[in-house]
Amino acid sequence: MVFKLNNQLLSRMAIGDGHGENSSYFDGWKAYDSDPYHHQNNPDGVIQMGLAENQLCFDKVEEWLKKNPAASICTPEGVAGFKDVAIFQDYHGLPQFRNAVAKFMGKVRGDRVSFDPDRIVMAGGATGAHETVAFCLADPGEALLVPTPYYPGFDRDLRWRTGVQLVPIECDSANNFKLRMEDLEAAYEMAKLNNIRVKGLLLTNPSNPLGTILDGDTLRNIAAFTNENNIHLICDEIYSATVFGKPDYVSIAEIVDEDRKSGRNVLNLDLIHIVYSLSKDMGFPGLRVGIVYSYNDVVVSCARKMSSFGLVSAQTQHMIGSMLSDAEFVEEFLGANRARLAERHGAFTGGLGRVGIRCLRSSNAGLFVWMDLRRLLKEQSVEAETALWRVIINEVKLNVSPGSSFHCSEPGWFRVCFANMDDETMEVALGRIRAFVAKHKEAMKPARKLCAQSSLKLSFSGRIYDEFIMSPRSPIPQSPLVRART
Amino acid sequence: MTESPSSEPEPPSPKPRAAAGNGMRLVVPLQGVVQGRGGLILGSLIPCALFYFLQLYLKRHRSPKPPASSSNPPSPSSSSPNLGDLARTSSRSNLLGRGSIVPVRLSSRGMAIAKPNDSPYYVGLDKVAGDRFHRVDNPEGIIQLGLSENTLCFDLIERWMKENLMDSLMGGDGAELSINGMATYQPFDGLMELKVAMADFMSRVMGKGVSFNPSQMVLMAGATPAIEILTFCLADHGNAFLIPTPYYPGFDRDIKFRTGVELIPVHCRSTDNFMLTVTALDQAYNQARKRGLKVRGILFSNPSNPVGNILSRETLYELLDFAQEKNIHIISDEIFAGSLYGTAEEFVSVAEIIEGEEFDKSRVHIIYGLSKDLSLPGFRVGVVYSYNENVLAAAKRLTRFSSISAPTQRLLISMLSDAKFIEEYIETNRKRIRRMYDLFVGGLDQLGIRCAKSSGGLYCWADMSVLIALYSEKGELELWDKLLNVGKVNVTPGSACHCIEPGWFRCCFTALAEEDVPLVMERIGKVAEMCKSGH
Repeated sequence: MVFKLNNQLLSRMAIGDGHGENSSYFDGWKAYDSDPYHHQNNPDGVIQMGLAENQLCFDKVEEWLKKNPAASICTPEGVAGFKDVAIFQDYHGLPQFRNAVAKFMGKVRGDRVSFDPDRIVMAGGATGAHETVAFCLADPGEALLVPTPYYPGFDRDLRWRTGVQLVPIECDSANNFKLRMEDLEAAYEMAKLNNIRVKGLLLTNPSNPLGTILDGDTLRNIAAFTNENNIHLICDEIYSATVFGKPDYVSIAEIVDEDRKSGRNVLNLDLIHIVYSLSKDMGFPGLRVGIVYSYNDVVVSCARKMSSFGLVSAQTQHMIGSMLSDAEFVEEFLGANRARLAERHGAFTGGLGRVGIRCLRSSNAGLFVWMDLRRLLKEQSVEAETALWRVIINEVKLNVSPGSSFHCSEPGWFRVCFANMDDETMEVALGRIRAFVAKHKEAMKPARKLCAQSSLKLSFSGRIYDEFIMSPRSPIPQSPLVRART
Repeated sequence: MTESPSSEPEPPSPKPRAAAGNGMRLVVPLQGVVQGRGGLILGSLIPCALFYFLQLYLKRHRSPKPPASSSNPPSPSSSSPNLGDLARTSSRSNLLGRGSIVPVRLSSRGMAIAKPNDSPYYVGLDKVAGDRFHRVDNPEGIIQLGLSENTLCFDLIERWMKENLMDSLMGGDGAELSINGMATYQPFDGLMELKVAMADFMSRVMGKGVSFNPSQMVLMAGATPAIEILTFCLADHGNAFLIPTPYYPGFDRDIKFRTGVELIPVHCRSTDNFMLTVTALDQAYNQARKRGLKVRGILFSNPSNPVGNILSRETLYELLDFAQEKNIHIISDEIFAGSLYGTAEEFVSVAEIIEGEEFDKSRVHIIYGLSKDLSLPGFRVGVVYSYNENVLAAAKRLTRFSSISAPTQRLLISMLSDAKFIEEYIETNRKRIRRMYDLFVGGLDQLGIRCAKSSGGLYCWADMSVLIALYSEKGELELWDKLLNVGKVNVTPGSACHCIEPGWFRCCFTALAEEDVPLVMERIGKVAEMCKSGH
């Protein structure tokens, strides 16, 4: 068996590092996967708190599916529609699917705005949607501004195959990491000075990892800025239905609507685009439903053609189309989603608060908290943060995500996901945190020694990593409940 | 050393002629600079000034970018596979910005892709969408023969579904309906159970002479992303693949859109029954080299699309040798391997050829999918099968942009694991395709239209050159237009497939019912009459 590995035969992309998987960020995944927590079978295992998955409302979905067997087309009631669905590969998507998604997006925004089904374009999950938008708006070498901290996946999804650059706009805790206009303007000017051609600004609202939303005025100012400078505004709104508390969510769609209804017509809508997905709001990442919604006809047309590379399975379109057309179900689902997230968030932050751990105050959305552990760092540096993180993984046995992986300019912040587990697991996690803080409090000064003792170097070879990551037992990203089922 | 700008420094020998005037004033200080004395300021100022003016000139004369919102008339169809331009919504009627209207800049590749596609392949598909034939509801509508779809065996699948319902959705657990295993994140390159099931299916389809290893497989949402992902792994921007013509029009999109890789046609002729020859390949390779293009691989479809012929063992060996010699990749698109109807030749997968041989397997890759052989294009299931670890690793990472939906994977695991059903399906499918082929090609034959010899695929490659007035692409397109608008039959003209000989048309016949065939022949016959009588 001749299997000569000839690297010169491969493209630069295949050989290169653009996939970002060699980052130490993945140590946590490895630890989780080699030792996953399970109530009975492995109560001392690592609890997965680094995966932003929403599993709080699966019961609602299961109930609906039971009551609507035709939606699945794999049932006696549904099979009559099978042929048409199986053969359907039109990249416009099933009309029922587009209509249902448009309606759902409107409902999520309290019906304050409506969405045009003809502007709904499919993509391979939010991952595919982001990449498609980057392909449409920017050429290789051009850049998008992104406020920090931001989702680590952007480094790969927006840059890898597109050749587009990301220019971070640093935000800090002094004002809760909210994007300030002066920082945005400065970053834009600086990019221009460095001859970087900025094509747009990418906002994640509600924010990952902060779990906060932008207020209407800030959003208006940002839109005015991008409008004035003739650059695109891409709003990633994939967490829009996870807003569980006040203040009320304001979507860019509402700003657009406001501009038009008032008759001012100042905004150039060709610059405004929304990225959406059902992965977070509904907890359906496995279904790979990504949406590009643009107010720019040319972008819609271009994205639609590119959607051939990531069409949503017609079977899934059919199921989602039926499910989201059921107004009663949607109402109930959204209500339950918010209520359960609020409850879980409250329980979690409450538990953390009781041991003196603060989380970002204004967070009222998302599937995670932005935890402040700055005072537990032996020094305010990324190395100290990484050291603390390794302790959390190896001693406390929780997989959380360190702020540095989100390009946070201040060390000591961690994103902790709470919606991908049941109440019991959450209690266990809180218990472990309590124990850790108690221990750490006593050993505050000598904490240095403590850290040094438990040799935390997790060294591993990049290649073994990759095989491991892509193995069926891959940590990326599997939820603990999948394990629990077996 | 400073110099006042108005004075001319005295250059040492060689002295320039003083009579030369302004030109010399320029040269002299430059010469002075070069010789290290005098004219430093002037010598540096003047070139800088020239350069500045050059930049200014270029800036002013740069062609303006095209405006973002191109206004094309909206197409009537809302569900066409081609670009359907949207009607403007009223909210966008007034677009005055604060200052003057500056066109919005998209990426240049975005603009190129967004342009309406005027290839007859796409235009035809659009037209059918707007006026689709239906025996009862729209008997005067356009009959679709331009999309290679197979609806002949849906009854088998439907029956299987009825008998295997819950399992098919939930993956065999039977009892409790659980969304958990379906909705949560799964490995981006497909569940291992699906890979195992696909490997089994592929070996049944390709003939039992070859087995496929699930760990050499990467799954993604369709053959469309499969070929794009493979291209990203094998070639850099600006490189090229050799591809025999005529070829599937979709490759122009799949390969060229975003990867920046070129396709170099290797023309095949009717005298060879459009079979690929190494001579032609070699010629094309050398020509590409001369043009400075780096060829990274050969891409071919086997069974071929649109002709439907299959490559012999000998040719496959020759192709492998050629690839080895030139140190390039082989990409074999075998998506129609299960749609065979020929009895004369046996399909041989490239996997079978290299099994057990001392070839450098690291350059061989296979594209597969369930859109043709299992008639499930809507489900989006594609495969990259490779012998190269690095390609597999890279492709796996790229599947995050195009993963197969989890419930669809579960359904397919169930279906593909039912060996008895699959065997029955493959065999029945072949029989029914054969039957339609006989009917259809027989019908064309009676109209005096011959088809190329073919053994596979869901279509036939018909020679209608006798009907065209002008033996050229123009003549061919005129005939195509007549067939579409007068005959109300959509076929794919050879020019859309880059065929070098005009007059050939691809006609897909597996989405027809048997009773529709006489109607199709009648309509084509009518157009044929028109052409013969000189209209």
